[in-house]
Amino acid sequence: MPPELLRMIIAAVLVVAFVFLNAMVLGYMERKVSAHIQRRPGLMEVGPHGILQLLVDGFKLIGKQLVVPEGANRFLFRLAPILSFAPCVLPFVVMPFARKLQIVSMDISLIFILAMTSINVIAILVAGWASNNKYSLFGTFRSVAQAVSYEIPMLLSLLSVILMTSTFSLQGIIAAQKYYWFILVQPLAFIIYFISGLAETNRAPFDMPEAESELTAGFHTEYSGMGFSFFFLAEYANMFTVCSIATVLFLGGWKGIPLPLGDYTGIFWFMLKVYGLLFVMIWVRWTYPRVRFDQLMTFCWKYLIPFALANLLITAVLVKLI
Amino acid sequence: MAYGTLTEICFYLFIIMIVFGALVAVTSQILMKAVMGLALAMFGTSGLYLFLNSPFLALMQILIYVGAVCIMIVFGIMVGYTPRELAAQAIKPKNTLLALLTSLLTLGVLELGLSRTQWVQAIGAGAGDFSLAALGEALMTRYGLAFELISVVLMIAMVGTVAITWNGKRRGLK
Repeated sequence: MPPELLRMIIAAVLVVAFVFLNAMVLGYMERKVSAHIQRRPGLMEVGPHGILQLLVDGFKLIGKQLVVPEGANRFLFRLAPILSFAPCVLPFVVMPFARKLQIVSMDISLIFILAMTSINVIAILVAGWASNNKYSLFGTFRSVAQAVSYEIPMLLSLLSVILMTSTFSLQGIIAAQKYYWFILVQPLAFIIYFISGLAETNRAPFDMPEAESELTAGFHTEYSGMGFSFFFLAEYANMFTVCSIATVLFLGGWKGIPLPLGDYTGIFWFMLKVYGLLFVMIWVRWTYPRVRFDQLMTFCWKYLIPFALANLLITAVLVKLI
Repeated sequence: MAYGTLTEICFYLFIIMIVFGALVAVTSQILMKAVMGLALAMFGTSGLYLFLNSPFLALMQILIYVGAVCIMIVFGIMVGYTPRELAAQAIKPKNTLLALLTSLLTLGVLELGLSRTQWVQAIGAGAGDFSLAALGEALMTRYGLAFELISVVLMIAMVGTVAITWNGKRRGLK
């Protein structure tokens, strides 16, 4: 077996393991943070401070029966969770965890990540359509309308940074932040990106696609057991991807106070920043109420996109002048 | 296993993906499945771009065709859902004949283009420069036509959408 192939197999196993671990950590974090925000202890039963709860939940979900609703399209119904999960794993392949901790170094890794995350929408569409359920269908409509519109300000805000660095390589963008983080020169782009990221991952206050009080659970209403878990894993993996792009583009990636073996220990700073942003995401979810759908669209088209465009124009002029 | 065989297996895998996806897209009775077939064919095509040492084009293929065009088609299907009985009524001899003619004409035009092309060797690995400046320059000069054609596809999609909604509006008024 060629060594390169062996390396790829090890990398694939590591990446999938990381996605599962990330979902467990985030699931625990979400439930614990929400509990403390609401002044209750939260998970306490399984393990010290309920730290093993998510592991137990995982086993429960694996053991559950997969129910395919009557009148649903069996093949597409089964296909959707896999279609949602598989592309979410791929961005981790090009993620620069540290200077030397990157599985594949690509010149256009940012485009790779954006292409892979764009596949998720089609999985949601298939899931909602195949379920043959009105709540699923409504959830899907909202989800797609939201994802398609919020992709525009997101890409525009990323473009402002790309204009400054003139590279799509994530390592190159980190290297360009030698003296200062880009959040200092592009604060507006960072805010626009983060808000769009919240909407892209269907997080509150933009969680219209799964608004419990209106739509039961949105597009994954009919899914049980591992079908549901795959959507759950994909959502958390997507959250991680969004936050790690923000970290790389605006917060200096793996850079921080130098540690011994800096080429590898940069992962500590990277994870610290990413989970810091994820904490903010959870914090926002349990602080703000859900917006109305028309407010959501107005906010995107009338505020975010014009501001992102203006920011891009100003950046372009300044880059040309300096 | 040597690298050559692995690459060859991947190549044929992509070919199978394209052919199978295209067959599903054409023959499937359920529109949703047809779009999935189309998406599969697009993935296969992007794989072939990798063999041409153009990862950028491969990713753009996924971003534009799978991520945008397929989603728009699915959205259209969901908004304007036609029950199977109604869809079956549309299959008439006249329509079949027209569809056959159009496909044959497309095939003829493509074949004409293919037979007249002088094929050149793809650029070797590592020879590509994918920095933003080089990319922009190449898109605006050397690959100007391809770039414009891609925008034409989007333009057609937009005009088509307007045309379809226009018709529906008039029918609704009657």
